[in-house]
Amino acid sequence: MAYADGVTSPEVEIADVGASGFLADAKTRHADLKAMLDSSKDNLKMEAMKRIINMVAKGKDVSDLFPAVVKNVAAKNLELKKLVYVYLVRYAEEQQDLALLSISTFQRGLKDPNQLIRASALRVLSSIRVAMIAPIMMLAIKESVRDMSPYVRKVAAHAIPKLYALDPDQKGELVDAIDFLLADKTTLVIGSAVYAFEEICPERIDLIHKHYRKLCQVMADVDEWGQVMIINLMTRYARTQFTDPNLGEMDSEKEETFFSSDEESDDEGDSDDSAKKRKAQQKKKKEKESKPKPYLMDPDLRMLLKNTKPLLQSRNSSVVLAVAQLYYHLAPRNEISVIAKALVRLLRGHREVQSVVLMNIATISAKKRNMFEPFLKSFFIRSSDPTHIKLLKLEVLTNLATQTNIQMILREFQTYVYTHDKELTVAAIEAIGRCAVNIKEVTDVCLSGLVALMASKNEIVVAQSVVVIKRLLQIQPSAHKDIIMSMTKLIDTVKVPGARASIVWLIGEYCQTVPLIAPDVLRKMAKTFVQEEDVVKLQILNMAVKLLLTNREQSLPLVQYVFQLAKYDQSYDLRDRARFLRNLVMPQQENRLTQFAAKMFLTPKPAPVLESTFKDRDQFQLGTLSHYLNQRCAGYSDLPHFPEVAPDGKVRDVVGFGIPVPNEKSSAPQAASAASTKHSSKKSKKAETFYSDDESEGEKESEEASSGSESSSEEEGSEESEEGSEESDDEEEEESSAESSEEDEDDDEEEEESSEEEPPKKPPPKSATSKKERKVEPANKPSLDLLLDLDFGAPSGDGGSSGQPPLSTGPTLLPSAAGSVSNAPKAPTLSKSYEVIHTAPAQFVPKRSSELLNKVGGQGLSVDYRFTRSPSLFSNKMCAIELRFENHSAIPFESIKLVDKKLPVGVSVSGFDESVALAPSKSVSVMLGVDFADTTQDAVLSVEVSQSDESGPRRLTLTIQAPVGEQLEPVLLSQQQFKAEQSKLSGLNETSGKFKSSIAIDDVKAIVAKVYDLANVIQVEGIDSADKICFSGRTLSNKALLLITFSKTGEELKLAVNCEKMVIGSMLFKHIKQSLAV
Amino acid sequence: MLNSLFILNTSGDVILEKHWKSVIHRSICDYFFDAQKRASSPEDVPPVISTPHHYLVSVYHNQVYFVAVTTLEAPPLMVIEFLHRVVDTFKEYFDECSDSSIKDNYVIVFELLDEMLDNGFPLATESNILQELIKPPNFFRNISNQVTGKTNVSETLPTGQLSNIPWRRAGVKYTNNESYFDVVEEIDAIIDKQGSTVFSEIQGYIDCCCKLSGMPDLTMTFMNPRLLDDVSFHPCVRFKRWENERLLSFVPPDGNFRLLSYHIGSQSMVAIPMYVRHSIVLKDGTGGKIDLTVGPKQSMGKILEDVIVEVPMPKSVQNCNLSASQGKYSFDPTTKVLTWDVGKIELGKPPTLRGSVSVNTTAGAGSVEQPTINVRFKINQLAVSGLKVNRLDMYGEKYKPFKGVKYLTKAGRFQIRT
Repeated sequence: MAYADGVTSPEVEIADVGASGFLADAKTRHADLKAMLDSSKDNLKMEAMKRIINMVAKGKDVSDLFPAVVKNVAAKNLELKKLVYVYLVRYAEEQQDLALLSISTFQRGLKDPNQLIRASALRVLSSIRVAMIAPIMMLAIKESVRDMSPYVRKVAAHAIPKLYALDPDQKGELVDAIDFLLADKTTLVIGSAVYAFEEICPERIDLIHKHYRKLCQVMADVDEWGQVMIINLMTRYARTQFTDPNLGEMDSEKEETFFSSDEESDDEGDSDDSAKKRKAQQKKKKEKESKPKPYLMDPDLRMLLKNTKPLLQSRNSSVVLAVAQLYYHLAPRNEISVIAKALVRLLRGHREVQSVVLMNIATISAKKRNMFEPFLKSFFIRSSDPTHIKLLKLEVLTNLATQTNIQMILREFQTYVYTHDKELTVAAIEAIGRCAVNIKEVTDVCLSGLVALMASKNEIVVAQSVVVIKRLLQIQPSAHKDIIMSMTKLIDTVKVPGARASIVWLIGEYCQTVPLIAPDVLRKMAKTFVQEEDVVKLQILNMAVKLLLTNREQSLPLVQYVFQLAKYDQSYDLRDRARFLRNLVMPQQENRLTQFAAKMFLTPKPAPVLESTFKDRDQFQLGTLSHYLNQRCAGYSDLPHFPEVAPDGKVRDVVGFGIPVPNEKSSAPQAASAASTKHSSKKSKKAETFYSDDESEGEKESEEASSGSESSSEEEGSEESEEGSEESDDEEEEESSAESSEEDEDDDEEEEESSEEEPPKKPPPKSATSKKERKVEPANKPSLDLLLDLDFGAPSGDGGSSGQPPLSTGPTLLPSAAGSVSNAPKAPTLSKSYEVIHTAPAQFVPKRSSELLNKVGGQGLSVDYRFTRSPSLFSNKMCAIELRFENHSAIPFESIKLVDKKLPVGVSVSGFDESVALAPSKSVSVMLGVDFADTTQDAVLSVEVSQSDESGPRRLTLTIQAPVGEQLEPVLLSQQQFKAEQSKLSGLNETSGKFKSSIAIDDVKAIVAKVYDLANVIQVEGIDSADKICFSGRTLSNKALLLITFSKTGEELKLAVNCEKMVIGSMLFKHIKQSLAV
Repeated sequence: MLNSLFILNTSGDVILEKHWKSVIHRSICDYFFDAQKRASSPEDVPPVISTPHHYLVSVYHNQVYFVAVTTLEAPPLMVIEFLHRVVDTFKEYFDECSDSSIKDNYVIVFELLDEMLDNGFPLATESNILQELIKPPNFFRNISNQVTGKTNVSETLPTGQLSNIPWRRAGVKYTNNESYFDVVEEIDAIIDKQGSTVFSEIQGYIDCCCKLSGMPDLTMTFMNPRLLDDVSFHPCVRFKRWENERLLSFVPPDGNFRLLSYHIGSQSMVAIPMYVRHSIVLKDGTGGKIDLTVGPKQSMGKILEDVIVEVPMPKSVQNCNLSASQGKYSFDPTTKVLTWDVGKIELGKPPTLRGSVSVNTTAGAGSVEQPTINVRFKINQLAVSGLKVNRLDMYGEKYKPFKGVKYLTKAGRFQIRT
């Protein structure tokens, strides 16, 4: 691009700025370009266009070339055409008349048989901002929304906001076009249609009703940007259509409406009937008001939540945040926590992403602290973070501080105080102050820490700690006379005005606590009054008045002197204040207010509330620009509040999209589920009619979508592969493909299982090798250093090229290699349904650790262990245990290693294969995986330790015992699954009993917390009875399901534990009972 | 969403402007420059700036700011994500996204931006589609373009945009069918003064390079899929199958892409493969001493490679007089960063760096702040979390592809407080 450089030569730059002389110059300068554009050779034209675009990109004005360029709009050369289009779109607005010359070309383009040419013509036509062609654009849009090609329809959707910006009067017709596009079946179009909707008529929520369910279902297949649009729209929609799921009060009436109207759908149109019913419902409602029932979620809202959840896994951070805000604004409280993990994951992204995400986390954490508590450490500050990120992280950390984690947080804050970053230093001290106020237990610790900071050499640290201490002292001043004294001493050294003002205020306020010092301070301050900053002067005046009121005889002359100085001060404010105060306390004539002066100045002042500045931010919808800036931006509309009574859900009923299938709405009442099954059987047929679209492009997608949005992507593959043989009847084909894919899945499942359970030394099961997969046997394995063969399942593949699998230093690492596993009895009756059960992450990780060996017994070495409740790295049957060795002696331990395991039958241990060294007063942690085989047998480990003195190696015995609650892993069950499983596990498998609880039995939270503390299980969501709390989990080793049910019976609590492993069940029952019973 | 985009460099020039709606004058950038002046470092410019009538959303990459202008409420993260997508596209096209690479390729940049947004709303962001529309420049094509007068705009019509798998272009053909998978894990950690781990987590991703003909349908299984608890996928991955069977099933895009990234959080313990013993004493006036030792720890018998230790020194440090037992060290007096390129750490004597530091006497009162140490390293053939690919199968095509997988552990944001 040698030409480009010529253009930016200094003369031209100067001329650019100049005025009249330049115009003539431009003519001559562009003359060559004009000549090139007028020539008949394509490559000359190309060259000219490239140079022109170059100038456009730099923001130079080349509008005078418009006539020459527009001539080429009909060029045959595609590349040339594209560049002309780019130019045209940029300058058409300024050269309206000339731009009209090009219109006919586009109109011709709109009729082209090639869909891509049609699309590009429409795109350029709509991008030319010339008001005169609005009617032409309208016609083009109207035609294009009905185009055969979904791509053209997509472009048409984009054209709608363009036309609207040009001519808002066309709104009515445009809304019709949007309405039409919203009904489109291809995912390509839907995202753009929703974008057009949001741009033009976001208030027309009524248009969405009949597309709601479709939008929910296809959401996963829409492109990322469309997803963001749809999710935002859905958030608003749901806010207007459903009741607040967190309203403790019942709203089953809405539910009623929904289902009764569903029954009606057979004899639709009978308005009289429905009116009657509504009346009946109102009556019912009145009856029910006396007896509130728990909230039942609308199945449509449930469907929305269910379909958006997988999008938390998107690679696009804005999609994740959009889902997060949807959950925050719509989901019931107990379900919101799923977004925490996804948001924390985003923190690894670019700095700008971090900034926005942290802003949102800060807002959420100000309201819902416990959501992010498990991720506390992810908010620790690195010195490499940009300052504004640091401050946001600090804000989040402060919000998250609780009694339990405050020690850790304070230790972090302390490190932040001593960083390069001055802003962070100040904010960290501020944060310590906030923690001190919010958490009573540490107030004293923080205060003494802050006092220690006052001795720092760094002036900023001193000043800020003074300011913070001032606030803290207001909470309990009398107890801290000595602190006030020591602060008084600082007045000679501290220079920062804010800090000086704080000290002066403090002494004034508590002058009665330090009656001897206060007048002396005033004396000193009076001396330096003239040199002080305004803030300090004001505080000196305040102190003077307070002293005068408490200690008149000693301070009167000083006070008069100070007032005299203030009277002639430069600052208006100060002079006014002085006059006002003087008249109050030293009136020239009788003043009625004087007698109240003491009351006015010496009233005990309430301590300032130190709270998050993000508290009020949630008035804005999360994830919006307004929220980020904390100001109302143009075009922002408030998120509506949930309606008291949900509007009729019937509006969402469409042929082809019934209410969601029963297993999707776990919270729906059972009575209704019968009706909906009927409906869903209908649905499967109708779905096809709905998608009977003959378009070539639409077809594939419509087939996919018929089985629900998510499964669609699954089927895609099988369809793709069978495309060649796709001749048979549609329906048959679909069936067979579905079947085959099901078979495939089964195979895979088995394979996966077997590969996990069989030792890798054995050849893999036949099913794996006989499958039609291609393996590449690398010819020269040893030399293949970095590129490992993928087929680890093959006999030699595992140990092959790389020697050993990365983590392992022995065979123990491989889950299956632990020989003892095969000793363990297999659960014989695992039903097939267990396979589809998913484990959930631990809901709560207890911080407590228990002692294995104290420092006396271990001669200076102590060992603690803790259950991390995370999936063990070694095997899915193992319980992850963190062992912590700590050296209390003065001699380093050279090595600590595991030498011997005495294990009962079935129990196996992995991990801790390397010896560790331990310096004095250090500690080290190692991870251990123990498979207890669902028993309470002890795992006895021998550890050999050698210290650097001559005593030689010693053996220590560690006995690890796992409470049954730790041998579980949480699994997700729906309400139906739970019921079904519970009924299977009745009789001997159930242990139940009643007892009086030590916790109030209505305090669900406390009970849940207690259970989480004892056992690694998860609460089952959507249980329809308020009197019941259910938990589900399964044993680690045998994967036997374990269900816990609490129910209220009068004053007593009934606890039932169902587990196939009766011993586990009864032991857990005992544990829970012990900790809960009075 | 976007009204205009300005690309600026750090010295305050507008490199490029592009408008999708009515033209917004470039003087809007002055607000941005003001904010830039206030910020202490280029990274510290707030990503969203509010001006009386416009909102500026910016991202910073390699000395270049991308400033998007919007007049109405729009999800800021969506704009940011899009701008980063633009950066990634430029990187793919021009190898790097910098001031000069943009200036050298004005026309392509302009065409790309034109395709990526329509009326300010993202239209085609998948690199496979864009590459079909506009061919990336390369040396030979540049020469042939010079001769034939062609541009990089493709002559064929972009059929990929119409496909229902928009991330893969149609009609891909290779003579050698091969696919490579890099399992890369980055350890993020903060180590405190005493050497104990304050915080550690693993950020992993699988980067792929698929050069496979036709429409291959791949299935990847892991030895221990339970490790992948917190994952995000490329849109090509079928989420349902992951949910049900814990395997990755996908039709890959052509070329390089990131299949998935995962995050193993701070709840589980992460093995820290190296230690840094340090004693940094900096005193005002009297100078200071530095003594650093690095060595492997729990590295599973693998060798640490490309070890680099960076210490951003406080401003008052003037110079360093050190001696390294292995590798080279350098001190940049302008940025005040001490860099020690250790290289490979073999077993045996751990490398050390010792010596004295001269500290400026006049700089501020009080003690000098302690610097933090940043460490970088690489361990080949190891995924520190223990993640292992079990097998990769291909369906839908007849040929036998070559498959390779590589493991790598790196230091991510690895910091040691002193």
